[in-house]
Amino acid sequence: MTLLAVRNLSVTYPTRTGLIEAVRGISFDLGRERLGIVGESGSGKSQTGRAVMGLTPKPGIVRADAMTFSGVDLLNAGPADWRTLRGSRMAMILQDPKFSLNPVMTIGRQITETLRQHEKVTKKEARQRALAMLEAVQIRDPERLFGLYPHEVSGGMGQRAMIAMMLVCGPELLIADEPTSALDVTVQLEVLGILDRLVRDTGMGLIFISHDLRLVSSFCDRVIVMYAGRIVEELATADLSHARHPYTRGLLDCTPKIGEDRHPLPVLERRKEWAA
Amino acid sequence: MTIEIAIDGLSVTFREFRALKAVSIAVEKGESFGLVGESGSGKSTLLRAITGLAPSSGGSITVAGETLSGSRRSHAFRRAVQMVFQDPYASLHPRQTVDRQLVEPLAIHGIGDAETRILRALDEVGLGPSFRFRYPHQLSGGQRQRVAIARALIVEPEILLLDEPTSALDASVQAEVLNLLEEVRARRGLTYLMVSHDLGVVTHMCSRLAVMREGEVVEMLSAADLAAGRTVSDYTARLMVASKGFSREAAG
Repeated sequence: MTLLAVRNLSVTYPTRTGLIEAVRGISFDLGRERLGIVGESGSGKSQTGRAVMGLTPKPGIVRADAMTFSGVDLLNAGPADWRTLRGSRMAMILQDPKFSLNPVMTIGRQITETLRQHEKVTKKEARQRALAMLEAVQIRDPERLFGLYPHEVSGGMGQRAMIAMMLVCGPELLIADEPTSALDVTVQLEVLGILDRLVRDTGMGLIFISHDLRLVSSFCDRVIVMYAGRIVEELATADLSHARHPYTRGLLDCTPKIGEDRHPLPVLERRKEWAA
Repeated sequence: MTIEIAIDGLSVTFREFRALKAVSIAVEKGESFGLVGESGSGKSTLLRAITGLAPSSGGSITVAGETLSGSRRSHAFRRAVQMVFQDPYASLHPRQTVDRQLVEPLAIHGIGDAETRILRALDEVGLGPSFRFRYPHQLSGGQRQRVAIARALIVEPEILLLDEPTSALDASVQAEVLNLLEEVRARRGLTYLMVSHDLGVVTHMCSRLAVMREGEVVEMLSAADLAAGRTVSDYTARLMVASKGFSREAAG
């Protein structure tokens, strides 16, 4: 079943020096699966995620032939429609919890706010569900974290709180934009493990945006590789070793790996014709 | 082989918090030495203590035969030891052109011939002369880090302290910057002390490394031993697993 269908999506920004085309006519479908979007900075991967959430900042222009999310036409959604969708049926996790949590609200209040905004629940129920959710993201002492402010917790804890906040309403679609780039390697793994389990258990659709092709391929079922606002290759992660596009191969090759002796490292080639 | 950087029982304490607990490492001249560990393990504090930016409360630091005390550093030290920071978005002055950022260290150390030196430094890091009068916001992350490296190299140092020089960059740009750093080291015979949380990067760049945790060195080993999995401590083994990327089994 298709959860999200995007046809010929483009995102443009008018600037003084002309139009900047951040995303140029991309199409994809997402079922209840894990889809990775990979590319370098400026490839349009985050802009794609934002456009799907209806969060393209002004004066950006989003155009598409079609963009539907489980039957809802996202192109013609008004502010009220977006309010019912975002936070409850589709949610987004951003890179750095330091900047995406409200610094002057306790973590508990931020989680219960999401719940109370979208569902008719009593304060007590909201609190219980928030605590249960914090437990689901493997926080040892949820009661304690509930009353803390974001600056009082570590990056890993903050990102777990963020995941808890995003998943507390049980969304059907989750967009994770570099959810672990700001975290330590060891913590990264824990957070990914939590995300993986929650996505699998609830059967939601996930779009995982990252510049790290290896990480994405170990986590997702399918990968879209973007370059200069276009999709250059789309493949199942199992077939990653058979990637045909030189850009995909370059992304795979350029990271140093333990036990390899390659000096100098192969550098990514970027050709104009791939962007055409 | 002569020891370029010798750190013996170094402690750094911020109020009651002990950031470094009697750390000892020795780096040979011309070697590239890695420091690995998670945030808060004290690896950046160690670099900062060497430069006098963190208060040492015990132990000794000897760099190129000169024993350092307190936070004062000699003029020669400030020229011989240069640092490259993690975030090129924060380490360059936003309102100064590349040219001005490169002139400043030359002026401080009283080095003449700025014109040719700047052009040579830009050339060395793979940026053409066209980048000379740009502002940091007109550069990409990788280009900014190249400017930061040029700024460090322009005073002809002997030791570079690299604090996560590529972790703010894309994987693809990281390869370019790592290649540049290796090239420069080979050409100038520099000594590197490099901090990173990425074992892949450290084993690629360094011959030996120290694994740090909670202000202590847990393990000291060669890159070859690490690659072969000859580790002693559990923590190093855990870092190894983490660096292999996500897998359902490892995550449990």
